[in-house]
Amino acid sequence: MEKEINKKTLTQLAEGLRQGQFSSEELTQYYLERIDLFNGKINAFITVTREEAIQQARAADKALAAGKSGPLTGVPIAHKDIFCTRGIKTSCGSKMLDNFISPYDATVVKRLKDAGAIMVGKTNMDEFAMGSSNETSFYGPVHNPWDHDRVPGGSSGGSAAAVASKLVSAATGTDTGGSIRQPAAFSGVTGVKPTYGRVSRYGMVAFASSLDQAGTLTQTAEDAALLLESMAGFDRRDSTSLNEPVPAYYDAIHEPWQNLTIGVPDNFFDEGLDPDNAQAVKDALKIFEKLGAKIKDVHLDHLDLSVPVYYVVAPAEASSNLSRFDGVRFGHRSKNVKNLNEFYMQTRGEGFGAEVKRRILTGTYVLSAGYYDAYYLQAQKVRKLISNEFMRIFSEVDLLAGPTTPTPAFKIGQKTDNPVEMYLNDIYTIGAPLAGLPALSVPCGLVQGLPVGLQLIATHLDEARLLKAAHYFQKETDWHLHIPPGYDERER
Amino acid sequence: MEWEVVVGLEIHVQLSTESKIFSGSSVRYGAPANTQANLVDLGYPGVLPVLNQQAVHMAIKFGLATQSEISARSVFARKNYFYPDLPKGYQISQYELPIVRGGHINISLDDGGNKTIRITRAHLEEDAGKSLHDDFHGLSGIDLNRAGIPLLEIVSEPDMRSALEAGRYMRKIHTLVRYLGISDGNMQEGSFRCDANASVRPKNEDKLGVRTELKNLNSFRFVEKAIDFEVERQISVLEDNGQVVQETRLYDSEKNETRPMRGKEEANDYRYFPDPDLLPVVIDKNLIDQLRRELPELPDDKWERFVAEYKLSPSEASVLISNQASADYFEVVAEASSGSAKTALNWMTGSLAAALNREDLAIEKSKVDPIDLATLINRAEDGTLSSKLAKTVFEALWEGEGTTDEIIQTRQLQQITDSNAIENLVEKVIGAHPEQAEQFRSGKNKVLGFFVGQVMKACEGKANPEQVNSIVRSMLKAQ
Repeated sequence: MEKEINKKTLTQLAEGLRQGQFSSEELTQYYLERIDLFNGKINAFITVTREEAIQQARAADKALAAGKSGPLTGVPIAHKDIFCTRGIKTSCGSKMLDNFISPYDATVVKRLKDAGAIMVGKTNMDEFAMGSSNETSFYGPVHNPWDHDRVPGGSSGGSAAAVASKLVSAATGTDTGGSIRQPAAFSGVTGVKPTYGRVSRYGMVAFASSLDQAGTLTQTAEDAALLLESMAGFDRRDSTSLNEPVPAYYDAIHEPWQNLTIGVPDNFFDEGLDPDNAQAVKDALKIFEKLGAKIKDVHLDHLDLSVPVYYVVAPAEASSNLSRFDGVRFGHRSKNVKNLNEFYMQTRGEGFGAEVKRRILTGTYVLSAGYYDAYYLQAQKVRKLISNEFMRIFSEVDLLAGPTTPTPAFKIGQKTDNPVEMYLNDIYTIGAPLAGLPALSVPCGLVQGLPVGLQLIATHLDEARLLKAAHYFQKETDWHLHIPPGYDERER
Repeated sequence: MEWEVVVGLEIHVQLSTESKIFSGSSVRYGAPANTQANLVDLGYPGVLPVLNQQAVHMAIKFGLATQSEISARSVFARKNYFYPDLPKGYQISQYELPIVRGGHINISLDDGGNKTIRITRAHLEEDAGKSLHDDFHGLSGIDLNRAGIPLLEIVSEPDMRSALEAGRYMRKIHTLVRYLGISDGNMQEGSFRCDANASVRPKNEDKLGVRTELKNLNSFRFVEKAIDFEVERQISVLEDNGQVVQETRLYDSEKNETRPMRGKEEANDYRYFPDPDLLPVVIDKNLIDQLRRELPELPDDKWERFVAEYKLSPSEASVLISNQASADYFEVVAEASSGSAKTALNWMTGSLAAALNREDLAIEKSKVDPIDLATLINRAEDGTLSSKLAKTVFEALWEGEGTTDEIIQTRQLQQITDSNAIENLVEKVIGAHPEQAEQFRSGKNKVLGFFVGQVMKACEGKANPEQVNSIVRSMLKAQ
């Protein structure tokens, strides 16, 4: 086995497997060992599927030997524990589903399996994907590998931390208000949230159905293109999935650079933005200028409304989506109850954590008779305004660019007592899902030793352009190649 | 004081699709508990609904048949409430934007007139499962076979003014959905269920009285009886200076009374909102045109045609068309037989109805094929069979002895109409009874019947009775 496998990207691993540089079993064993070695420090995994992974790896080696390999054959990856995995615990970070063994595979899981990927485990996450710090997980917080006292971001914090610390080369995630891009920025990895409907939601435990979208956490944009190509596409089981052909993303990003106009919303650079973080983003924009891109100042009129709109729409949908967790058919069930009401109250009272309860209550409130028009309906109208504004801007620019987050990763416990401050952390990432737009975050600097991210947003179904811009940026920079101190192979 | 009754009905029609409204599960009735519920029906984490197009088409057909507006865009909403037999914690239904709006049907009144009953809306929704409270020793069982079965909820305006009108309306809708082939209408299996909203108000008052909602009305008769009871109850409450309470009441058919339903009243904020898992249902004109072309002849049109073409009385036509199978059977017989339509109808209401009744069969299961019955009528009309023998042949058909002509052939039941053959018979009979012949000659005309009877007996009833009669008479006189 060669040295410094951990420095290899998903693309390089897939190529190495095809070239026979190492076997899938060796590779899988390598990552399982890294998980054994480091997961105790960061708590990125809820479940490690050791036996299944080794078995799959052996099958992959046979397929490789027989020349019957897919694009990802033999490459170990991890799934966020929001995706249903047949025969394997699917907890969604909640006590409610601590005992839930899914009887089926999510479409994303199935497609990646079909492409040959090996699942080594299920990653930690905020409970039911509700959180921006991975502190709401029933399985305890995930620690940022760059600073163990800090959060990795959330809700796909386990996936981001696992990829950042190279416990796996790539992982799936889901993004509802920033749950892929924000942890990608905090953890120093590349996080892609595709267009709403680009990737099937079937088998993804629902948080806010009109916003949820599966995506990737990888080291590079190239890796994301490779992974997304296998995940994306119409699924007849998801009525909201888009019946549009999936471009060959991997080929598309390697095409020659074409000039484009990048809009930079001035209100992304407001007083809430950390100055060093702002500088890193501005430096990144200079790279694009050097590549030949035209930078254009733009203004998003309704940016300040996106957080309140989101925190009406998402909890409303969540309050209904989470009703099925009642202890009747699966999941946690309270014992010693006297009647049906107690059965519901105790089961749900015990099974859900504080943040989930807060959102169910908020959502129930905004949908209640007498409040529906003032909150939910109004929020939907503003959402439409926000969406229209993005459409208007995308008639003038090809991409939007700005910071992914206002600051680098904050300390564990720093914002847990102040939900509103926590919610404001999502200010830059919430717009894209409200409008259903694809967006990504790439590492663009280190601020006091902590990674920060550059966010790029594109118009609907323009993932190829988005990924290509990120790929060219990564050809010019090396922020995505940094490994957090202590996670190098030498540390073994 | 004179009171006016005001009734509106909500009818839940189970659509006869191949599979459930949002999943591929079978909808077969009576399967063992929970064998027809897949992960979608069970509301498992991560599953999503996919709309059954067939259910949409059926709803559109209903809308077209009731002159309703078909919404170009309708939306599924979630009706949120907790109950163990509601797997997702919400029912997917249509709320603000139903698929069918603003139609009407006509019902006939006893005075021979018609009345239009307006249909407010009809919307698609999924059924819930069933809670089973017996046999579980203090626990409750849940059967989710029914969860996700497609329903069309048809809501009328409060246009009915009596229990009788409500019954007529309900029967009319029942006939219609069966004609359209969108429901089997089986009330025992719950495929056709009805809730009634009933109130009373002083005659000539415009304002509606306080209504109660009556549930558990699973037959036409119960709807009528429950409304009658409830109307009497409300009137006596009001005449005692009391107030009617707006509530849901359960009809008890054994005691023939309505009682307040407890428990379900308190929390009914269903927090409806558009279901983000489903796209709006967009229906274009082409689909509507296509479905319009697929519509069968509707009951009202058939009724008019039966009265005009077959010269049936309005009530005869009504009885026939109320059951499409009867109407179809009738039409096959009437078209294939040379006799009048009335003859066909007489056979259906006579021998056929008796046989079906005897064995408790629906007309679809009739053991006599309508073509055989038509042939039978033809053989009676052309004199091959006497009317008595025709009945014998009918019974033989019922017993499956073959086609009409086969039975006539094998049993040699052809009527004897050959005068020579009959004269030979009569001669023999007269010869054998000289005493009675003598009585005739001495003026005792009554013995004529004796001779006719003897001749018929001798020929096993096959001779044409009228011919026998006249031949007996003339031969006795000639002697």
